[in-house]
Amino acid sequence: MKKTYKIDVDCANCANKMELAAQNTAGVQSATVNFMTLKMNVEFEEGYDPNSVMPEVLKNCKKVEDDCEIYF
Amino acid sequence: MNKKQKKMLLRIIAASVLLVAFHAMPLTGPVRLLLYLIPYFIIGYDILIKAGKGIKNRQVFDENFLMAVATVGAIALAISEPDGDYTEAIAVMLFYQIGEWFQSYAVGKSRRNISELMDIRPDYANIEVSGTLQKTDPDDVETGSIIVVQPGEKVPIDGIVTEGNSVLNTSALTGESLPREVNAGDEVISGCINMTGLLKIRTTKEFGESTVSKILDLVENASSRKSKSEDFITKFARIYTPAVCLGALILAFFPPLVRLLFLNQSAEWGEWIYRALTFLVISCPCALVISIPLSFFAGIGGASNAGILVKGSNYLEALSKTGVVVFDKTGTLTQGVFKVSGIHHNPIDDAKLVEYAALAESASSHPISKSLQQAYGREIDRTRVRDIQEISGNGVTAKVDGAEVAVGNDKLMEALHVEYIPCHQVGTIIHVAIDGTYAGHIVISDMIKPDAKEALARLKAAGVQKTVMLTGDAKSVATEVAKTLGIDETYSELLPADKVEQVEQLLEKKTGKETLAFVGDGINDAPVLRRADIGIAMGAMGSDAAIEAADVVLMDDHPVKIAKAIKISRKCLRIVYENIVFAIGIKLICLALGALGIANMWLAIFADVGVMILAVLNAIRALFVKKL
Repeated sequence: MKKTYKIDVDCANCANKMELAAQNTAGVQSATVNFMTLKMNVEFEEGYDPNSVMPEVLKNCKKVEDDCEIYF
Repeated sequence: MNKKQKKMLLRIIAASVLLVAFHAMPLTGPVRLLLYLIPYFIIGYDILIKAGKGIKNRQVFDENFLMAVATVGAIALAISEPDGDYTEAIAVMLFYQIGEWFQSYAVGKSRRNISELMDIRPDYANIEVSGTLQKTDPDDVETGSIIVVQPGEKVPIDGIVTEGNSVLNTSALTGESLPREVNAGDEVISGCINMTGLLKIRTTKEFGESTVSKILDLVENASSRKSKSEDFITKFARIYTPAVCLGALILAFFPPLVRLLFLNQSAEWGEWIYRALTFLVISCPCALVISIPLSFFAGIGGASNAGILVKGSNYLEALSKTGVVVFDKTGTLTQGVFKVSGIHHNPIDDAKLVEYAALAESASSHPISKSLQQAYGREIDRTRVRDIQEISGNGVTAKVDGAEVAVGNDKLMEALHVEYIPCHQVGTIIHVAIDGTYAGHIVISDMIKPDAKEALARLKAAGVQKTVMLTGDAKSVATEVAKTLGIDETYSELLPADKVEQVEQLLEKKTGKETLAFVGDGINDAPVLRRADIGIAMGAMGSDAAIEAADVVLMDDHPVKIAKAIKISRKCLRIVYENIVFAIGIKLICLALGALGIANMWLAIFADVGVMILAVLNAIRALFVKKL
């Protein structure tokens, strides 16, 4: 399943770090962050519920960049 | 400016004023330190807090952490010296924040600019409820509803005109203000602006499926498909910061220890730690990381404003390397409007022959059969036709009024063992055989688009090495068109499947990094569009199939736009390379100078912030593509 989320982050490098953090979250097959449109595309692995994966993604993103937000 | 940016601007101004004021005052000792710490905390408190959180989360290569180490280190060095310079540390923090502020402002501004360029999203749809117009959210309009579009309004949803006539301005979609006349019964696509009369439109799609939504979706998601340059920068950024930090660590400890242990000199710790801190200031890869996606974003935005939709940064990159352009002839270089231009060798009446041919071809959507039907001019009575068999690329056979009718090219006649008379006229020759006997042929010819010749000349001027034309048409037609337009290679009489094979062969033949672009009208060449390095679909207004299949979509059907698309991509990629070389180059030079002790922190902060600002400004240039 693929979903797109609106995000908020201030710097481009932080967006890249968020991308890496999201990719390394369990249940996430692939993730891309588009800094210019402030969007995160997440493809979930089968059997995972986006509603339970996304809080983990946000938690991991907050670790690498405190000043970020994902709206889900 | 948003709230965050305003607040930051105030902090920047306050810190700068204080810094200048304290510099002018004759201060000494601890008072001096305490006073200088005020602007430092005003400008840097959030960085210090973030750095603290970074340590907690084990993010040592976080810019905030590095900036905090560099500035706290510089202040500590200044304290250790009798007449230390605090301004440097504060200035580093100040300029870093100015850089961040500028970046946020510039990116926000170009985000807005680009979305303004693509301002085709309709805000409402008018629905008539008991005699009065009601503004409704286009998302809530069901398929089949009647919407009213007044002069000056945007057509919000695709549909068919049921009442009224008007002139539409398509410039928001095609980049050209060529007015289009519409009357009752005509299809209209969303995103056009109604200029003159009131239109009532029966919607044929939901808003989400309408052209305007699809285009917006496509452009907004385009920069998510990242190019190789972006991947390179992302990888580079990941190793750059740790590498520079390691360099700083080595610089801080290695030379002093060597001096102390082997050269019997004084260690000069202060000097080497200062140089190491200078390193840390240059360690942020921001300039690179922001300017590359920004360039692509601006390039894609500029292109869409010119009526060229590029589906991803990767395609923009591939487009810039185009070495071979392969054209489908019909609908791309020619108008695809076939007209009967001659009827020869027919024992029966001209009209009768056309009637048989039109009826036999009645099930086909091929442009040729359309023109036959047009020449026939009357309603097709489908009950007269049975057993239609389409022989791909060759023609059709069918039973018309009980007679066995075969309509097609030379190959079909040969397959049916019908002796045919070849034609000397250039065009598509449609032979007709009735009950196995030759009944003459109809010549249909296509018109070359008026700007096709110029389009090819511009491609050559833009540096395309080879142009190729593929067509299912007869060799004589193909050669004639190729000669008129100046095309290098022509392959004719191809079946749809042959086109894929031909493109594969061309792909094998090409050398080096150049890419092959295939240009088609997107109607029946989807497999070829996918197989080529870059599939360019033309005349996409209203054709979903073309938007789906291609990598680059030209909203109108002018072949000159291909050269423009290539030029836009080249400009964008040149900017990308400029930024990569410029930013990495300056940083490396400053690192080297810093290590040698020639560059101080002031220069380091230029390497960080100055380069970023210049790279961002350069990136925004990719937006301006009007004159290309």
